[in-house]
Amino acid sequence: MKRRSFLGLMGAAGAGLAVPATARAAAKDFRGYHDTPGVLFDGTRCIGCRKCELACNQVNNLPEPEVPFDNLEILNTRRRTDSTTFTVVNKFDTPGGPVYRKNQCNHCLEPACASSCFVSAFQKQPDSAVDYDETVCVGCRYCMIACPFEIPTYEYHKAFTPRVMKCTLCGPQMRSGELRLPGCVQVCPMEAMIYGPRNELLTLARRRFAAFPGRYVESIYGEHEMGGTSWLYISGTPFSQVGLREDLGTKSAPELTAGALAAVPVVVGVWPVLLGGIYAINKRKEKIAAQEQQQAVSAALAKAKAEAKENLDASLAKAEESANRRVDNEVKKAVKEALAKKEEELKAAEASATDEEEGK
Amino acid sequence: MSTVTNDDFKSYLTPFNIVTGLIIIAGLIVTVIRFTGGLGAVTNLDDNYPWGIWISFDLLCGVALAAGGYTTAAACYVFGFKKYHSAVRPAVLTAFLGYALVVMALHYDVGRPWRLPYPIFVQQGTTSLLFEVGLCVFLYLTVLFLEFLPTLFEWKGWRKLRDALVKMTLVLVIFGVVLSTLHQSSLGALYTIAPSKLHPLWYSAYLPVFFFVSSIAAGLSMVIFEGSLSHKYLHRMMDSEYNRNHDDVVLGFAKGCSWVLFGYFALKMIGLTYDNNWSYLASGFGAWFLVEMLCFVALPAFLYAVGARDKNFALIKWTAILTVLGIVVNRFNVSLVAFNYHLPSEDKYFPAMMEIIISVFIVTVGVVVFRFVSTRMPVFFEHPEYKGQH
Repeated sequence: MKRRSFLGLMGAAGAGLAVPATARAAAKDFRGYHDTPGVLFDGTRCIGCRKCELACNQVNNLPEPEVPFDNLEILNTRRRTDSTTFTVVNKFDTPGGPVYRKNQCNHCLEPACASSCFVSAFQKQPDSAVDYDETVCVGCRYCMIACPFEIPTYEYHKAFTPRVMKCTLCGPQMRSGELRLPGCVQVCPMEAMIYGPRNELLTLARRRFAAFPGRYVESIYGEHEMGGTSWLYISGTPFSQVGLREDLGTKSAPELTAGALAAVPVVVGVWPVLLGGIYAINKRKEKIAAQEQQQAVSAALAKAKAEAKENLDASLAKAEESANRRVDNEVKKAVKEALAKKEEELKAAEASATDEEEGK
Repeated sequence: MSTVTNDDFKSYLTPFNIVTGLIIIAGLIVTVIRFTGGLGAVTNLDDNYPWGIWISFDLLCGVALAAGGYTTAAACYVFGFKKYHSAVRPAVLTAFLGYALVVMALHYDVGRPWRLPYPIFVQQGTTSLLFEVGLCVFLYLTVLFLEFLPTLFEWKGWRKLRDALVKMTLVLVIFGVVLSTLHQSSLGALYTIAPSKLHPLWYSAYLPVFFFVSSIAAGLSMVIFEGSLSHKYLHRMMDSEYNRNHDDVVLGFAKGCSWVLFGYFALKMIGLTYDNNWSYLASGFGAWFLVEMLCFVALPAFLYAVGARDKNFALIKWTAILTVLGIVVNRFNVSLVAFNYHLPSEDKYFPAMMEIIISVFIVTVGVVVFRFVSTRMPVFFEHPEYKGQH
């Protein structure tokens, strides 16, 4: 073997061993994909024009809505995403006047939908998009239960090909080169959204906090929520006033279910041993009980046998004795009778002898 | 000829047959609508409430109430309570039918039911608790089928097959307990992923433990409850062995269930304390939580204990019904009442009539099949050729 190919093989073996090890180490201490793309939404810039909703509808070839996109009256009713609307802008009345906020999939760093899907239909892609694969989706809708942002929707009206519908971060269009930016980001006339590497967006947001003191609530929504999201928000009003829940916590979905999943091997490993042991103990108890019963029975039997033998012997002895006595008695009687007979004969003989003498 | 047919027809017109017949016809009509018009045509489900009563009742309650299979089998074969032997077959049959109907209900609920084998055979989402549920339910349904088969084989007289299966009983029972522990608990664990949607009084990292422990109480209570129903309507099928042991089973299960419910109550209090949720008790949800805990957990625990002590069979029977109701209340609370507690009341879900029809239809199918099997096969009686061979 040539030295170089040998070293190559060794290297390959080493890499084969090293890769899973590093991957595992990374999974244990995951800090988020900070260099992957994200979008920063600045709530102080949004004017509620709904241009982003229109763009989203067009680039995704979604059906035309009942209420046209230039109708701004609809902003007065609170809306959520649905199966034909991947993004909505809502108006919130705050003490400082109306505030608008756009809502769409936040493309979590560790998505609850992906963690909850039992066919792995959702995948977090390197370009930050959380992709959905309709060719495997069973339609259980657990992703909709799991999503803390209430984003995935379902085509309830379709009988044969219902799909989960949600924002794709224009992943397919950008990968094919059809779009350079997500449709909504590209169209915004106020530049309320910026697309770029997530860590740079975080820096940019803080720079704005510094540049405009007092304009912002100095915190970035999505930096840590549910393990962090690719979509980030800054706002002039507290987040809870613009429909962003501040009680989600920082634990990601996989962390929330890790405990329950970790119990699986414990149950699988421990239960058979424990139950098998309980069965064996019961079996042994039964066996010992049966043995003891057997012993007790045989002891009782032996005792009964011995007693019976004793009785038999005793009665045999008694019978022998009585038989002997009877024989004795018979003999005695016979002897007595014989003697009596003899005596009578003797007496008779004597009497005849005297008669003869008298007759002479 | 015609008179014979008429008489035959009339003899089928019992109240039971008329009612079940109507329900089944209604169910079949809704089935057609569901599979031609989609979920939206028959349900009130929406994007906020992707899971309705087909999950709350048919899946969560169905699985919990079918827990009688593994609890009775484990009590008899593993823990050595031989006197419960006559209760095993009805319990296993109920569990098998229960799980089969859960799977049937899921065909209505998921969007593309023909893909239900996908998570096992096509692409496995192993990080999902629903994957665990799916895999365990699939395997456990197989186990229950194998546990039930000897009944069928005895009926058919296939001795060799029957003997081979009976030899595997212990392995099947232990495997069944492992699988039941896993999926009973993971049904609760499904909701651990959504702490922001489930009210804190019901959300807990211990949800899997709560679901598992309460399933034992549900299973034991269902065996008592079904036993009393069967005694009323299927008494003619029962042999002296079944009847002699029935009182023992009821008393033993009442005692066990009381014990489990006290434990469950304590666990719930530990959960409440661990998350320090006491302050929520002084709210509307808090009052409802107290009703669940006191009327449907603490009360039956106490009543079972009294019933077992006094050998009061009527009390035990009613307590079993109370406990079963309590489990239903708990599963509905977790999956519907306390779920999406933050949404305004106009966004709340209430089941559509057709959803209810399907749920009733599925239960009815279960009752009809149970009656069919138990009036023909050796369920409540020992087959004369196999007496004492278990």
